[in-house]
Amino acid sequence: MSHFDILIVGSGHAGSHAAICLRQLKYEGSIGVIGEEENFPYERPPLSKDYLSGEKSFDRILIRSEDYWAEQRIGMLLGRRVGELMPEQHIVRTVSGESFGYGNLIWAAGGVARRLACDGANLAGIHYIRHVGDADGLLKELPGVRRIVVIGGGYVGLEAAASLRKMGKDVVLVEAAARTLARSTCETVSRFVEAQHRLRGVQFRLGVGVARIEGRSGRVASVHLLDGTSIDADLVIVGIGIVPAVEVLAAAGAKVTNGVEVDEQCRTSVPNVFAIGDCAFHKNRYADYAMVRLESVQNALDQAHVVARTLVAQGARYDSLPWFWSNQYDIRLQTAGLSIGYDRTEIRGDISTSSFAVDYYKGDRLIATDCINSPKDFVAARKKLTEQFKETVD
Amino acid sequence: MRPVITGLINRVPKAGANRNCKMAKITYIEHGGAEHVVDVPEGYSLMEGATKNSVPGIVAECMGGCACATCHIYVDPAWRGAVPNANDDEIAMLEYASDVQEGSRLSCQIKVTRSMDGMVVRMPASQG
Repeated sequence: MSHFDILIVGSGHAGSHAAICLRQLKYEGSIGVIGEEENFPYERPPLSKDYLSGEKSFDRILIRSEDYWAEQRIGMLLGRRVGELMPEQHIVRTVSGESFGYGNLIWAAGGVARRLACDGANLAGIHYIRHVGDADGLLKELPGVRRIVVIGGGYVGLEAAASLRKMGKDVVLVEAAARTLARSTCETVSRFVEAQHRLRGVQFRLGVGVARIEGRSGRVASVHLLDGTSIDADLVIVGIGIVPAVEVLAAAGAKVTNGVEVDEQCRTSVPNVFAIGDCAFHKNRYADYAMVRLESVQNALDQAHVVARTLVAQGARYDSLPWFWSNQYDIRLQTAGLSIGYDRTEIRGDISTSSFAVDYYKGDRLIATDCINSPKDFVAARKKLTEQFKETVD
Repeated sequence: MRPVITGLINRVPKAGANRNCKMAKITYIEHGGAEHVVDVPEGYSLMEGATKNSVPGIVAECMGGCACATCHIYVDPAWRGAVPNANDDEIAMLEYASDVQEGSRLSCQIKVTRSMDGMVVRMPASQG
């Protein structure tokens, strides 16, 4: 049975970055990365943007060249899924029956796209966007379709809508909440984004959920909404969130609620098992120490860095300012901080110029800023929020 | 027992391996003097040429979004004429880079073309 001093489960942004950081920190022990996909680690954000639109080929979204992993003596155990963790023996077992031993385990398995649960959810022509295989399957069908329904008005749905609209497809986006990005931004930003999409011809059905999907010969034909109306569809894209991939940890006794709970060094409740990235539920000082689970590249990379430093015995704790970005058409949306719990917003700049910022306040304290087509405001906001936090601690 | 490094479905050549696609040879010089000569495909940014080939000294936190200034480089004087001028966003972002000098650019904003074949760029002592 192979043994690795540090074994990483997950070859996405978090897992790959943990391995990269460990070698950058001159860690000399053995490192293995178990990845469910056959591909070497690649960037996920382009899957709804540049990769979907064809602007970037797969080789451009690889996180490192293929040779890098062998050069850095990082064992890449690709095409394997972990089915069981035996924490006392320090062993993980894959679903195909291979066992790997570990000194420390980093769980970076992310999550799976949440599936539709209504009638018709298993019809052909319904697509999710989580892995490159999803994007490839979608790309294969796109030439033959015209009318697309996007279910979900979060970042994935909006970015997919933008990419498809640019390809000339008819797009209708359905969102159950009253507005898009209801969980992430304030109404001002939601309405701005929606207006930009409408300008380019995307139609919206907001405040209404999906009842069922109707098929013909096993393939989607129309989407029926809960208000009794229906929309003809040649293809459906679903972006309704993810379910954290933590069942294996739960079965091994880790504390799992909304994802797996971790402390400031990203340790789970199981000894020698860390968790990072989309699956990690952690106390975040920028949410007033509320427990959050952040689905972002920044969170994945920064938690990976914390775990790497912890494992090479450098003092580290996860205290980076959260930030996020989304590109739709020529709109660049960048967010610094977490707006959870805001009670007031202030707009800076002129929305009609499509370049402005929105500050989120909790009482008289600035907690986050959304920057639309304003990178200067974004960098300034990151600095301000980071420094502001340091002041309150000292 | 399966081999440690398994095959790929999306098998891609290492940048430089495919001689049919147009490349430019870029020399990245670390602050300490170490040189890395890389074949970068046309259309890639100078930042991508570095990060995809593990050239140290470029961080690229915002992954090319012109929103962080951690992909800062100095273009060698002999090559400054070969690169297009910075746009307003890049000029604004450069304010946040460390140790800005003549020739300072954000490497994510420069797309490689064949006319840059042989170009030399240097990395700063730190990325902010």
